[in-house]
Amino acid sequence: MRITCPHCGTRDGREFTYQGAAEILNRPDRDADLAVWADYLHNRDNPAGDTRDMWYHNPCGAWVVVDRNTVTHAVQGSTLASEART
Amino acid sequence: MGYSGFRVLKEGLFGQKGWKPVWRDPEPKPEYDVIIIGGGGHGLSTAYYLAKNHGITNVAVLERGYLGGGNIGRNTTIVRANYFLQGNSEFYSHSLKLWEGLEHELNYNVMHSQRGLINLFHSDGQRDAFVRRGNSMVNQGDDAILLDREGVRKHLPYLDFDNHRFPIYGGLYHPRGGTARHDAVAWGYARGADRRGVDLIQNCEVTGIDIQNGKVTGVQTSRGAIKAKKVAMVVAGRSSQVAAMAGMRLPIESHVLQAFVTEGLKPVIDHVVSFGMGHFYISQSDKGGLVFGGDLDFYSSYAQRGNLPMVEHVMEAGMSLMPMIGKAKVLRSWGGIMDMSPDGSPIIDKTHVDGLFLNCGWNYGGFKAVPASGWCLAHLMATGKPHDVAAKYRLDRFETGRSIMDEEGKGSQHNLH
Repeated sequence: MRITCPHCGTRDGREFTYQGAAEILNRPDRDADLAVWADYLHNRDNPAGDTRDMWYHNPCGAWVVVDRNTVTHAVQGSTLASEART
Repeated sequence: MGYSGFRVLKEGLFGQKGWKPVWRDPEPKPEYDVIIIGGGGHGLSTAYYLAKNHGITNVAVLERGYLGGGNIGRNTTIVRANYFLQGNSEFYSHSLKLWEGLEHELNYNVMHSQRGLINLFHSDGQRDAFVRRGNSMVNQGDDAILLDREGVRKHLPYLDFDNHRFPIYGGLYHPRGGTARHDAVAWGYARGADRRGVDLIQNCEVTGIDIQNGKVTGVQTSRGAIKAKKVAMVVAGRSSQVAAMAGMRLPIESHVLQAFVTEGLKPVIDHVVSFGMGHFYISQSDKGGLVFGGDLDFYSSYAQRGNLPMVEHVMEAGMSLMPMIGKAKVLRSWGGIMDMSPDGSPIIDKTHVDGLFLNCGWNYGGFKAVPASGWCLAHLMATGKPHDVAAKYRLDRFETGRSIMDEEGKGSQHNLH
């Protein structure tokens, strides 16, 4: 698997550490209902197909949101987490 | 007709012409008392124990592909009860006891082989942890023996004891641990369930779950609508997709775990050996192939195959532990879809929909759980109450904070396991 880091270009997947679904970028308001927080922390869409997930590029320290397919392992694109969040 | 030594002899004498298919291939009926989605190990054992323990026989198992075509046919076949902490330990203890009577129970040779499992340790601190684990296993009524370095050498003379990074200090020996023939477990439960009147319906994909006024009423399938009073989702790595049909989002991430097998060799590895520090474990199948694996690839995947970095890692770990393995040729590798839960422990529970049940979250340990998983889900569906040994496998435990420690004592967070 080769993943593109927005800073460093396309790199070996071994340079990256997987964190989980990019759903974690959509953090609820701090006053949100407990059920909303529980859903945010524990539940996942877990799609079979296109997904967005968080990878940490160890050499440069960037958090990268990767567009990827969980069935084919094809990597379609990536953005810096700081830009994906908005 | 049952299986016996006499029958094997008789069929041998008469040209093997008397063997018949061992389960029917029925058309789905319009309505059942219970529908089980998923014809893998857990679904089939649930159907079997619903019929056997609770007399509920108007049951259909719906399988998208063929019986036992998922993880029950793709695992590394290890059976053990060496969990350390309550919540899981009593469940796996119960499961191992069911394994020990399974062949008589099913009249089916599942080739359950209690060849013993040895977990290696490599430091004083790790030894202390294993002493504690072993004592907790013994306290529970299971078996554990602490082996020192020479004790391990007696069992496993072929290991590299003086590895500089992980010298072998000893091992925790679990004599009742071992392996079983994975497919045969599915087939044995399928035959047993079919004989008690359960309809096993293959090539039948569930495409929708019918819910009216908060109560399940049946399912939509590729072979038409089927009504049911109760429905159980027992689909392992596909749990998120099936539960979504009932409007649920689960605490599950599906990951890929790879496994490997070599060409057939003469008997060389008598036990199941687990090298936790290297993320490597191995046993030898009755056909002679060395069956081994390691850790998850650590990214979500439904591909049923992994990538090369983990292949390399597993081979390196195998070479450091037992250099002789370098002589063997790897025949095949494959990957399974693991339904990973945040706390590394399973879920057997009701859902917010009346009559709809969930069995998932088996992580990388579902095979040994097959008997107790079906036993406990059948108990829950028949009586409405969780079985004692599965009482902590609640779906809401992440929200309530009553999560369970897995066998490594890790907490509840998605990427920890």
